[in-house]
Amino acid sequence: MFVTSAFAQTAPEATETHEAPGAAPAGEVHTETGVPHDDAHATGVFPPFDASTYPSQLLWLVITFGLFYLLMKKVLVPRVGGILEQRHDRIAQDLDEAARLKTEADVAVETYERELAAARSKAHTIGETAREAAKSKAAVDRAAIEAELAQKLSAAETRIGEIKAQAFAQVGAIAEETATAIVDQLIGSKASADDIKTAIAAASSKGA
Amino acid sequence: MANDPTHQFQISKIVPIEIGGMDFSFTNASLFMVATVACAAGFLYFATSQRGLIPGRAQSVAEMSYEFIAGMLREGAGNSGMKFFPMVFTLFMFVLTANLLGMFPYFFTVTSQIIVTFALALFVIGTVLVYGFYKHGFHFLNVFVPSGVPGILLPLVVAIEIISFLSRPISLSVRLFANMLAGHITLKVFSGFVASLGALGALGIGGAILPLIMTVALTGLEFLVAFLQAYVFAVLTCMYLNDAVHPGGH
Repeated sequence: MFVTSAFAQTAPEATETHEAPGAAPAGEVHTETGVPHDDAHATGVFPPFDASTYPSQLLWLVITFGLFYLLMKKVLVPRVGGILEQRHDRIAQDLDEAARLKTEADVAVETYERELAAARSKAHTIGETAREAAKSKAAVDRAAIEAELAQKLSAAETRIGEIKAQAFAQVGAIAEETATAIVDQLIGSKASADDIKTAIAAASSKGA
Repeated sequence: MANDPTHQFQISKIVPIEIGGMDFSFTNASLFMVATVACAAGFLYFATSQRGLIPGRAQSVAEMSYEFIAGMLREGAGNSGMKFFPMVFTLFMFVLTANLLGMFPYFFTVTSQIIVTFALALFVIGTVLVYGFYKHGFHFLNVFVPSGVPGILLPLVVAIEIISFLSRPISLSVRLFANMLAGHITLKVFSGFVASLGALGALGIGGAILPLIMTVALTGLEFLVAFLQAYVFAVLTCMYLNDAVHPGGH
């Protein structure tokens, strides 16, 4: 900035030498610009080359530009730069957050799959044990039923045996009666009951 | 008088001030310098007042111009050149706003004054010199010695480099000044044709269509030039600052 203000002092002198020949013949020098000149002008000099306006222009340029530069440096550049940086940070932060959420999701998927596999194997073992239990229970039940049936069968057999024995016993009595009757008819007199009994016993033992 | 194309560059006093025999009056030029600064600073300030995470239109423009110049400076002078960012941004916004304000009819164009553009150019070159010598001492003179030049040619090349360095403030200032001046004069001349031909009756009005079209086209062109010259001024500033930051690093 101080370069410009330093120039503000030297410039009028430097340009005055340039302006000196132009001021005297009033507009003659400036025909090179190709601009038709209106002699009604106060100075008659092409306005941008009118050195009498230079000090004021330089002073006000230094004031306004210097002020603008200070405003820029202290307020505007940090302000706009801050907004841009904030956005940049925010975007980076959001990207980090997204990456974090993604890894979290990956971990969740992994645990889900692991738990699914565990549950599946657990279900398998439960099924297996249930099947085993059912099978053993069925075997026990069958054994019990078979035992019961065998018991019933043997009971029935003993009963049949009893009935058979009873029937055989009664067969002896019937045979005695029948034999007495037959003997009575044949001999016409009564045979002794003891004789008949021994005869039948001998016959049945011989037949047996 | 109304048709005089140079009348628009006339400086008239608004508040006469005289200090030590020198004329420091507040003129229409001063007024438009103040207006330029007020518009540029006001725009940047109020456009960013929302501090929106998602920028509105005005904030977008302010951010775009900021990033435009920041990118230009980083590209031109590297990261170590970023300390000059407030300066380049100020120059760009000042020149651009002054050029655009000058596009309003009856407005004074601050940058059509050679003394203003020359002062701005000397500010740039002065910064380059002061910073270059402050930072690098006599090593800064390497700016004038390009590497890889054969020994016999060296004096010639150094002489050319010095001349080109010295001509920088002149080319920088005259480019902006001449563009603004010539553009405004051309616009004024063509629109003057429209008025003077239109005064000639029916035939004249028919003939005035041509310069009218020309004036419309030139107005568009002048808006382009207004932006382009501010851009060129900023780009060249970045290039010259690169010499101060990296002397001999062509």
